[in-house]
Amino acid sequence: MTPNATVQWFATGRRIFRGRWLATLGLAWLVLVVLAAVFAPLIVPYDPLEIDPVARLTEPGAAHFFGTDHFGRDTFSRSIYGARMAIVIGLGSVVVALLVGGLTGMISAYFTRLGAFLMRVVDVLMAFPALLLALVLMTILERSVMNTVLVIGIVYATTTARILFGMTLKLKNEVFIDAAVCSGAGHASVLFRHILPNLISPLLVQASFIFAFAQLQAAALDFLGLGLPPEVPSWGNMLSESRIYVTRAPWLLLFPGALIILSVFSMNLVGDALRDSIDPRFKNDIKGV
Amino acid sequence: MTTDAERPLLRVRDLKTHFTLKAGGLFSGTRKVLKAVDGVSFDLAPGEVLGIVGESGCGKSTVGRTLTRLEDATGGTAEFDGQEMLSLSKADFRPLRREIQMIFQDPFASLNPRLTIEQTLSEPVRIHGLETTREAIRERIARTLTQVGLDPKVMSRHPHEFSGGQRQRIGIARVMIVEPKLVIADEAVSALDVSIQAQVLNLIKDLQTESGISMLFISHDLGVVRHICDRVAVMYLGRIVETAPRATLFSAPSHPYTKLLLASIPRIRPGRVAAEDRGEPASAAAPPPGCPFHPRCGLATDICRSERPLPVDLGNGQFSACHHAGNQQGEAA
Amino acid sequence: MTQSKPPLLDVRGLSLSIATGGSLMPVVRDLSFSLNASETLGIVGESGCGKSLTSLAIMGLLEGTPVRVTGGEILFEGRDLLTLPARERRRIMGNEMSMIFQEPMTSLNPVYRIGDQIVETIREHQPMSKTAARARAVELLRMVRIPDPQGRIDSYPHQLSGGMRQRVMIAMALAGSPRLLIADEPTTALDVTVQAQILKLIADLQSETGMGIILISHDLGVIAETCDRIAVMYRGRVVESAQTRDLFARMRHPYTRGLLDSIPEPDEDVERLPTIPGRVPGLDERVDGCAFHPRCARASDICREQDPAETAFGGGHAGRCHHPLEPDA
Ligand SMILES: Nc1ncnc2c1ncn2[C@@H]1O[C@H](COP(=O)(O)OP(=O)(O)O)[C@@H](O)[C@H]1O
Ligand SMILES: Nc1ncnc2c1ncn2[C@@H]1O[C@H](COP(=O)(O)OP(=O)(O)O)[C@@H](O)[C@H]1O
Ligand code: SF4
Ligand code: SF4
Ligand SMILES: [Mg+2]
Ligand SMILES: [Mg+2]
Repeated sequence: MTPNATVQWFATGRRIFRGRWLATLGLAWLVLVVLAAVFAPLIVPYDPLEIDPVARLTEPGAAHFFGTDHFGRDTFSRSIYGARMAIVIGLGSVVVALLVGGLTGMISAYFTRLGAFLMRVVDVLMAFPALLLALVLMTILERSVMNTVLVIGIVYATTTARILFGMTLKLKNEVFIDAAVCSGAGHASVLFRHILPNLISPLLVQASFIFAFAQLQAAALDFLGLGLPPEVPSWGNMLSESRIYVTRAPWLLLFPGALIILSVFSMNLVGDALRDSIDPRFKNDIKGV
Repeated sequence: MTTDAERPLLRVRDLKTHFTLKAGGLFSGTRKVLKAVDGVSFDLAPGEVLGIVGESGCGKSTVGRTLTRLEDATGGTAEFDGQEMLSLSKADFRPLRREIQMIFQDPFASLNPRLTIEQTLSEPVRIHGLETTREAIRERIARTLTQVGLDPKVMSRHPHEFSGGQRQRIGIARVMIVEPKLVIADEAVSALDVSIQAQVLNLIKDLQTESGISMLFISHDLGVVRHICDRVAVMYLGRIVETAPRATLFSAPSHPYTKLLLASIPRIRPGRVAAEDRGEPASAAAPPPGCPFHPRCGLATDICRSERPLPVDLGNGQFSACHHAGNQQGEAA
Repeated sequence: MTQSKPPLLDVRGLSLSIATGGSLMPVVRDLSFSLNASETLGIVGESGCGKSLTSLAIMGLLEGTPVRVTGGEILFEGRDLLTLPARERRRIMGNEMSMIFQEPMTSLNPVYRIGDQIVETIREHQPMSKTAARARAVELLRMVRIPDPQGRIDSYPHQLSGGMRQRVMIAMALAGSPRLLIADEPTTALDVTVQAQILKLIADLQSETGMGIILISHDLGVIAETCDRIAVMYRGRVVESAQTRDLFARMRHPYTRGLLDSIPEPDEDVERLPTIPGRVPGLDERVDGCAFHPRCARASDICREQDPAETAFGGGHAGRCHHPLEPDA
């Protein structure tokens, strides 16, 4: 990035977050989560998978900040690694949802006949509550990080498709698209050179919401024992395992629960800030997922 | 400019563009046909500028958009340089896009806000393979920008950095850069302020004279049309009601509608005989039978209410689609 | 007109600025004009020169915008509207003066019948029963020459043509029997044939009611045909004002001249349109001296340094120029 571009990014950031201290706090929290995820091996005092039968269900204290679980694994270390999983699930779902949903929406708006069919399919999928759809899909597939990401991505691809469908329909009728067609631009060029760049900022907002909701979905799937493999240290799995010991070891519920809530809430705040700063034409299209 | 021996560059016959509208209540779902263009015929000679005037909604833009294949024609033919082009597939039409270009009304909406001027102007050059190297493309862009009165250095900027007049120059550059044979200008100066409008009009006129391009100049402003056109066609509810060379149209209009239009323009210098209150045009979705102008026409008779008038040749290139054309010269509309 | 009676509207030295991030950017500077009953004043100028802001300032509609009145007086029948208590001002605003805008569709609520909207406006101005208000609405619709007002009163806005909608807007503006009507580009969105009808209607209503009218337009033709006096604005100032006939017979300001010459007219052939070079500088661009000097062929050193004061040319003709054109130019 050139220094100039950096300055510009910084200025844009300031414009978006100026006077929004809640959203700024949210952003700060997310930066912490990302740092934790990236530097997890350097931060953690214990191996998150290491079992220590002697230290089972230790209360939070100097040795174990967040206490330990029923295998004596360090909850703090697991939480830090959980941040990794949160980021992987979030980013993965965003990529899948935007790729599948975005393409479906754009193509449906552009090729009206194919679009009428595709959007009908989307409508049918959207008739299911998101969690139910994810449950159904996960029962067919085996538990893995990859499958969880795919399923959550597909679930949110439907809303993304709807939103991009609407926005592409609007953009398609812009005069500059007519002008591009008159210049000889073909379908691919119109879609990806002329329409897509105008969708970048709304896509970014949409991505922030998907990221947040993917956390909830993943936690719910983990909790129901249908998400990530049980040994993976994710916040959802930790929450799920805490169930049995909740009266004896409430910290097992408290820490991952708080982490999930804080992260989702932060992501939503940032998403709201982004949404308010984008092109007013699209403001009404994006209402969250 | 036109000689009879010359083959017209564009020959439009009985052009029809109908839109299907969903009409009626929430549940009836009946379909209504809106005949935006309903039987338009004209010739355009090489190097000629033909004006199309008329009130909003009469189908001027739709004629232009159909001829650039932005809308699908419902019927009729359009021969460009001897080749029928409305029946071509979109793919077969693409090479013709270089020859037929369009200038749009809104200088703010017609440029992609995300692309630099260079990106916008290089697109047609690359697509039509007019230049191959990056240097050659840039050079061509620079030349065209100079031609339309802009500094080539502005190439790297985005549209929002320009004023309305400058943007319209960029729109004109996008058209001129491919050296077209036919330019369709749809209200090309209507969105501009008077002092800027005059600059852009002069530019269009200069470019047209230098390059000998044929032009279809669509406008609702008769002053502008008089300034730039060789011949004028007046449209009313999807049809051409009068065609005449410029001088004739303004000094000896024949069709009552043309007269009404001319009489309605507010004049800076006093002396206009004020137009009578003649109501507003009927909706294009439900045009009156017979002569579509008859509800507003002071000369309407029974035949006007039942039969659609065909164009009558009044000599010297003047045609008027009026039952009483030719025998009411000089009367006020 | 007796000597003692003040003009209907007297705007003196009005200045407006836009508040942007702590600083004030002037948009309208030291603007003065006056208007008598039964008189029509035309304000003409290119877009962005401050016409609409001036009319909004007179109507007291600048609240909630970043635009501030930074100086001057707006005297309505001798009372300064700017210092009047808010309640008194609101009463004058709806009843004694009213305004119509360019877009008749956006000013009407699409989900209510036009009759209900007119009735509501009437009842805002004076308490009366619904039936009485409805009768008054029909009368207003008849005044603005809407055919079959009894039948049309229950239409929705989208069922009316653009011209009919503008007539409805005029009817609503007339509800309080105003003595001053401000029409901001009332025909810009309409076709010429309909424009001619609306302009004629406004003129007819004036002779019936004796209203004073301010007609704002970017179209010199519209202004020339309908107005008794004309004020030409450039970049927030009135640069020339005169009786209509005077203005066209003896144009003194280079900008007025340039504006007139650059209009292609339907009654004459010109090979090449004379143009005013350059463009109107943006609000944020600072221009010293006469604001028109970067585009003016007559500009001299003094023009670049000193803002010209208003000069009276006689007969109510005034302008701001260091080197005015010869009267017979
Ligand atoms: N894409 C479209 N779908 C439906 N109706 C249209 C469409 N484009 C134009 N029309 C209608 O066709 C008529 C002619 O429109 P247009 O050609 O834009 O007129 P003009 O340019 O003379 O103002 C109008 O009644 C308009 O509403
Ligand atoms: N609410 C506003 N906020 C900021 N700037 C404004 C606002 N309204 C008008 N302006 C600016 O003030 C100037 C004068 O505007 P206006 O009075 O609407 O011009 P006109 O009616 O002559 O076209 C313009 O440059 C316009 O951009
Ligand atoms: S045909 Fe009849 S109604 Fe139509 S314009 Fe001529 S005289 Fe008028
Ligand atoms: S004051 Fe000078 S610059 Fe301004 S209009 Fe007059 S001659 Fe031109
Ligand atoms: Mg049009
Ligand atoms: Mg305005």
